[in-house]
Amino acid sequence: MKKILKYVIVDIIQNKIVVIYTALLLLISLSVFNLESSAAKGMASLLNLILLVVPLVCVIFSTIYVYNSSEFTELLVSQPLKRKTIWLSLFGGLATSLSLAFLIGVGVPVMLYHADPTGLVLILSGLFLTVVFVSIAFLAVGWTRDKAKGIGWAIALWLFFALIFDALVLFLLFQFQDYPLENAMVVMSFFNPIDLSRVQILLQMDISALMGYTGAVFREFFGSTTGILISFFGLLIWIVIPLLFSLRSFKRKDM
Amino acid sequence: MIELKNISKRFGRLQVLDNVNTTFREGECIALLGPNGCGKTTMIKTILGMVVPDSGQILFNGQKVNNDWKYRSQIGYMPQIGRYPENMTIAHIIEMMKDIRKEGGVVPDDELIKRFGLDTMMDKKMRTLSGGTTQKVSAALAFMFKPSVLILDEPTAGLDPVSSETLKERIIREKDKGKLILITSHILSELDDMVTKVIYMNEGNFLFERPLAELKEITGEEKLSRAVAKIMGNKSIGRPSNQMQPV
Repeated sequence: MKKILKYVIVDIIQNKIVVIYTALLLLISLSVFNLESSAAKGMASLLNLILLVVPLVCVIFSTIYVYNSSEFTELLVSQPLKRKTIWLSLFGGLATSLSLAFLIGVGVPVMLYHADPTGLVLILSGLFLTVVFVSIAFLAVGWTRDKAKGIGWAIALWLFFALIFDALVLFLLFQFQDYPLENAMVVMSFFNPIDLSRVQILLQMDISALMGYTGAVFREFFGSTTGILISFFGLLIWIVIPLLFSLRSFKRKDM
Repeated sequence: MIELKNISKRFGRLQVLDNVNTTFREGECIALLGPNGCGKTTMIKTILGMVVPDSGQILFNGQKVNNDWKYRSQIGYMPQIGRYPENMTIAHIIEMMKDIRKEGGVVPDDELIKRFGLDTMMDKKMRTLSGGTTQKVSAALAFMFKPSVLILDEPTAGLDPVSSETLKERIIREKDKGKLILITSHILSELDDMVTKVIYMNEGNFLFERPLAELKEITGEEKLSRAVAKIMGNKSIGRPSNQMQPV
């Protein structure tokens, strides 16, 4: 496992896209903190970056990378190695290097300008989102052999979690506005990793007061230590489940 | 040594392997012949675990290989079209392979690397190599770890005459050491002096499976190419062995 992981990581780190991604994240984070009047405002702007750009880049880059390393996987499958080892090494390599990019690009500036629990939750959520979307990319790769279709699926999944899901939630809220939906909303947020991270970070930022009664319910649930642990556990599930499904299809794949 | 039991595989509507049964033993050098798309490569890939059969079992030294992977350390495989990570150099690829397969404790055999002149171009990236040079890398890797089984899918296609001869010589030497060699090729003339058994496949089935000597005896031909042509032309010889021939 370690051997293959090493080769994957070395290969990805040499990849220019990851370097550009790191530099871009760093540039945006630094300028956000320097342009906004207060670091707290900077954090709010950074939130959108983390919730939209990070998942998008991770899901697309990982999908393309896995398709492009078909030669590598094909070569390794004929060698005395478990398919599971090969697949998990690819996943581990992508997750590690993209997390590293995020830590350098966002983690370092946040620690410099806003080193408090809020900053920490922001970094942690960003890291989780990075790995979750690598996992989701693997799921998309498992669905089809066709690279173009695979990338299409990856983008569709991102679109669903970043935009469509929220639209559906809003639609439900308006349809059932006569009923108390606050607790249902907490449950709903677990079905979308982006929402889960958003709620976590917003509650840390003390702007939950703006969210009305739902905000208060969210506060009650996610504000407690157990709530935070449960929501990070939710993100963990979002990493494991897609990865397991993709592993299952990779084990049956014909080279 | 390798046993295939009722192996079937279909790709969509196409039945690529249709209930294949056979046994390959140590010391045999088997020529796998047949028209394009008859399932030769798929059968090879099934043995290697690269293609997962729909049904049936493969036994390696009596052990089922369905979910096992260690048996592959005893196989050297040379693919028909070697596909390698484009950004890695020859040296990187070889280094990685040594890294993966070093557990067996074998001292890597660099003979083919030297004889093919690959040692002078170790820093070249795989993307920049010609088809023939890529084939040489595949060949060098297949023989490097002294495997007891060699599976060679069209080994000499794309190689220049000198390298082709080098490779043939090496294959014969491995065969004399008592290794099992499975080889597909369309150039029958080059198989004459190495194979001991001939399998002819068509549409996922074995049309016949006979020792070379027997084949020559039945047809009265000295050359493999003539013998195969005759047996294919003369259905009365080809057909009865449609049912599996015990060898």
